[in-house]
Amino acid sequence: MSWKAGSKLEKLLSQGHFVVTGEVGPPKHASPDGILRHAELLKDYVDAINLTDNQTAIVRMSSIAAGVHVLRAGCEPIIQMTVRDRNRIALQSDLLGAYSLGIRNVLCLSGDHQSFGNHPTAKNVHDVDSIQLIRIVKDLRDEKRFACGEEIKEHEPRFFIGAAANPFADPFEFRVLRLEKKINAGADFIQTQCIFDMERFERFMAMVRERGLHKKAYILAGVTPLKSARAARYMQQSVAGMIVPEEIINRMEKAKDPKAEGVAICVEQIKHLRTIEGVAGVHIMAIMWEDIIPTIVKEAGLYPRPQAE
Amino acid sequence: MIVAEAKPLEEIADLLGEVRKILVVGCGGCVTVCLAGGEKEVGIIAAALRMMYKKNGKELETLEVTLTRQCDPEYVEMLEKYITDDVDCILSLACGVGVQFLAERYNKWVVPALNTKFAGGTIEHGVWEERCGLCGECILHKTGGICPIIRCSKSILNGPCGGSQNGRCEVNKDIPCAWQLIYDRLKALNKLELLLEIQPPKDWSKARDGGPRKVVREDVRIE
Repeated sequence: MSWKAGSKLEKLLSQGHFVVTGEVGPPKHASPDGILRHAELLKDYVDAINLTDNQTAIVRMSSIAAGVHVLRAGCEPIIQMTVRDRNRIALQSDLLGAYSLGIRNVLCLSGDHQSFGNHPTAKNVHDVDSIQLIRIVKDLRDEKRFACGEEIKEHEPRFFIGAAANPFADPFEFRVLRLEKKINAGADFIQTQCIFDMERFERFMAMVRERGLHKKAYILAGVTPLKSARAARYMQQSVAGMIVPEEIINRMEKAKDPKAEGVAICVEQIKHLRTIEGVAGVHIMAIMWEDIIPTIVKEAGLYPRPQAE
Repeated sequence: MIVAEAKPLEEIADLLGEVRKILVVGCGGCVTVCLAGGEKEVGIIAAALRMMYKKNGKELETLEVTLTRQCDPEYVEMLEKYITDDVDCILSLACGVGVQFLAERYNKWVVPALNTKFAGGTIEHGVWEERCGLCGECILHKTGGICPIIRCSKSILNGPCGGSQNGRCEVNKDIPCAWQLIYDRLKALNKLELLLEIQPPKDWSKARDGGPRKVVREDVRIE
């Protein structure tokens, strides 16, 4: 078998394993200690770890540097790359650098707008958009060409290419078509926005299957364990592109131990997602609560993790 | 048109500082239409400045002239007879183009009275909104006549991003999502297939960063 990138993530997915990925936000300082601790903690429970790229436009350690720390801890990184802060020259340069450091998975994103972050007066770049970045990463790998068309004479970077999909954004009926556009641009795997509205996600997946997209790319369903009813309400009201049904908020409000309830809901969601045709894995985004991931993975019956052959 | 907005009066007075006689120059073009720098505003700003200086115990003399257009040397020339030695400063109520044309032509200190905002139009009386990003290569035929370069917060060409909800942009609920508008419009026109095509990266070299852009029409040049 010849691999596109040969990453562990690619191998596990192509061997039909139900994959589990986690997410770690790099720190707002220059020490790798926290990342190393998280990687150590998660390495037996997830197959790969996403490193966010200055998420919510707040300055943090670069996702590539953080990814190298994860790699050193014996875990597989998926570096996120947004088009908010770098033009096509810097993006390709960083891709070459990341590959040279052993990174093999990249998730291509547009990035949260700078107005949400701690530098709201910054100039955004948006030289290319996320779909154009996917095509650039694919062309580097499959066409051995830079975005300008110039040939890469040797050692082209060969990434397993990820993209995001948000079934909860609008216009809903266009979301599947845009996912198809990302797959046509070159996305190998998809990680979705966190799912709370399961009914809407099921409708989304039905449309995905109708167009055969689940056979063209691996779709990892995003989940987030809730810590409190307040956090759930905040996501419902203040996070763009998110739908949190009242029913979930009610459950969190009524719970004697909200954290345990949050974990229980998340585990139920994962068990349900596993039954949906076309869902190739889950992506657990435990924001500021990475330590809970092993518990969720175990309770969802996804431990131990398989080895890539 | 180019839409501009007057700087606060205090700021203008601050920029002028110790002056005794100034030439207040309006423009009959875009800034007249958007009620920022026409003949009427010249009168208002000049009177307000005189009063302000008087209140502070200073004398300020103002000469008021409004040119047909400040972005045209032919009209800028007509200002010459007002440029006397005792004029300390020219206060231009034009957009940034007009201010520069005056500064290039006359050996006088020129102060801008306006902030130049954008290329846009009138939404309702007293409200103007941006429409064109002046990117140098129009793609409105692909997007149903709605510009994603300037109306999408991320200038995305393959939108909408994941932050679009209920027709609104993630940045602010007051901003309509340009890509929702594009989607609705193309759907109504039965041209949704335009959105399925992957739009390649844009040629930004036509937009900016190469020094001032220039349009040359050989067919209408003299000589």
